[in-house]
Amino acid sequence: MIPVSFDYVRAASIPEAIQLLKNSNGEGKLIAGGHSLVPLMKFRLSNPGTLIDISDVNEMKGVGIVGSRLVVGALTTHAEVAEDTAVLAHLPVLAEAAKQIGDMQVRNKGTVGGNIAHADPSADLPAVALALDAVVHLTGEDGEEKVPIQEFLLGPFITSLPETSVVTAISFAVPPAGTQSTYLKYFHPASGYAVVGVCAVGGKTAEGLVNHVRIGITGAGDCAFRTEQAEKFLFGKPATLENIKQAASLAAADGDMGEDLFASSEYRAHLCKVYTERALRKVLG
Amino acid sequence: MTKKWNVEVKVNGRVKRAEVEPRLLLVHLLRDEFNLTGTHIGCDTSQCGACTVMMDGKAVKSCTVLAVQADGAEIQTVEGLGTVDQLHPIQAGFWEKHGLQCGFCTPGIMMAVNGLLQDNLNPSEAEIRDALDGVICRCTGYQFIVKAVQQAAETIRNSQQQSQVVPAEGGSV
Ligand SMILES: Cc1cc2nc3c(=O)[nH]c(=O)nc-3n(C[C@H](O)[C@H](O)[C@H](O)COP(=O)(O)OP(=O)(O)OC[C@H]3O[C@@H](n4cnc5c(N)ncnc54)[C@H](O)[C@@H]3O)c2cc1C
Ligand code: FES
Ligand code: FES
Repeated sequence: MIPVSFDYVRAASIPEAIQLLKNSNGEGKLIAGGHSLVPLMKFRLSNPGTLIDISDVNEMKGVGIVGSRLVVGALTTHAEVAEDTAVLAHLPVLAEAAKQIGDMQVRNKGTVGGNIAHADPSADLPAVALALDAVVHLTGEDGEEKVPIQEFLLGPFITSLPETSVVTAISFAVPPAGTQSTYLKYFHPASGYAVVGVCAVGGKTAEGLVNHVRIGITGAGDCAFRTEQAEKFLFGKPATLENIKQAASLAAADGDMGEDLFASSEYRAHLCKVYTERALRKVLG
Repeated sequence: MTKKWNVEVKVNGRVKRAEVEPRLLLVHLLRDEFNLTGTHIGCDTSQCGACTVMMDGKAVKSCTVLAVQADGAEIQTVEGLGTVDQLHPIQAGFWEKHGLQCGFCTPGIMMAVNGLLQDNLNPSEAEIRDALDGVICRCTGYQFIVKAVQQAAETIRNSQQQSQVVPAEGGSV
């Protein structure tokens, strides 16, 4: 399969990428790892006039700690995240999720920024981003901007990213000391994407009362979501199995369940409950 | 009319150039422009891994990379592993442990294995199977492939140990 013809340019810096996007009059598209975009272009579902390759922009690579946040450059690959010492030390759940993306070859090319910017409703990282209060760092014509993940992800493949802006990094809040985190995924048996993926972060006081809980769910619907009702139910309550089960039964309440040949909306809601319960037992058990 | 792009890549140690349309896939550059037909096309949809090559030291699916994205990169294909007279340990492993039947998937699988062994010369069976997640073989049932990889890893480990024992010329152990 061959994409429709297009022009190809390489950007050496963030300002150059923005300028090239501007020059393309809405016809340009950034390419990072290309592992969401190239398959779409081969199917001719996406036909950009100009591809702007940002993969040389070194300032968008690598991982660092800034205050209580872990900042991951947009061009950092899933394979790099899975092995990164700062990620493993401060946010092992991000590595746990990165390891579950696609396969070795996909992880070698696919990037964190591309995964978030693409906003695939079955992608893994949106769930992690939601549970870790992620902030998307953008640079555009008017300078830099920081957008909370919930205001960035708007729908299936839809984000609030302005046409001439670049995602430069994603920053994740390192959860408070004493909390545990996990990402559990029900893999689609053919594609390997998440039918449902649940990222949970939880902590409790010495008395066993839940004092931190965040749950992000991907795959189940049109857009990854935070399970606010489940979180609200659990917060401040004893971390008992009974309470975890009741919270998990609210897991699907904040999302619109999707439906396809593989899984009905009812089944997806059920998976949300089951995977949320497992995740909560792991982090609060 | 889109502008063509001059691609320069180092393939199996040799610099090669071609003027290509930006929409040309890396796998087609290798097969059609450079005549390196060891790299196969199975699914053409990023699933089967038959097209796996090393790009800048990482295993990638060359049907999912544009040739222009590889401009300036170092590529290793199955032709760059060993020769018929001197098989690479991975090739020898597949030969000795019957890691192939029809052989269609084999070049891609060997390059994926190359990607694994380069980072981990002592992989567990689970790690081997994880590295094989991105390749599909319809013949072997994978059991012999796993054995082939274990054998290759052992051969490479042994040869590295030997070369450590023998002091380098003028150097110390
Ligand atoms: C076989 C296969 C299996 C996969 N399985 C999974 C899986 O299980 N889970 C999962 O989460 N993902 C999966 N993926 C997707 C993979 O993680 C992608 O690599 C990732 O979603 C996109 O990253 P990329 O760098 O390849 O982006 P690209 O394909 O280069 O770009 C994707 C989109 O994001 C935009 N974009 C990219 N970078 C930026 C940026 N810095 N700023 C603004 N816009 C940008 C592009 O313009 C484009 O619209 C799979 C992919 C393949 C091919
Ligand atoms: S041909 Fe590239 S993955 Fe199948
Ligand atoms: S040996 Fe035939 S597909 Fe693998």
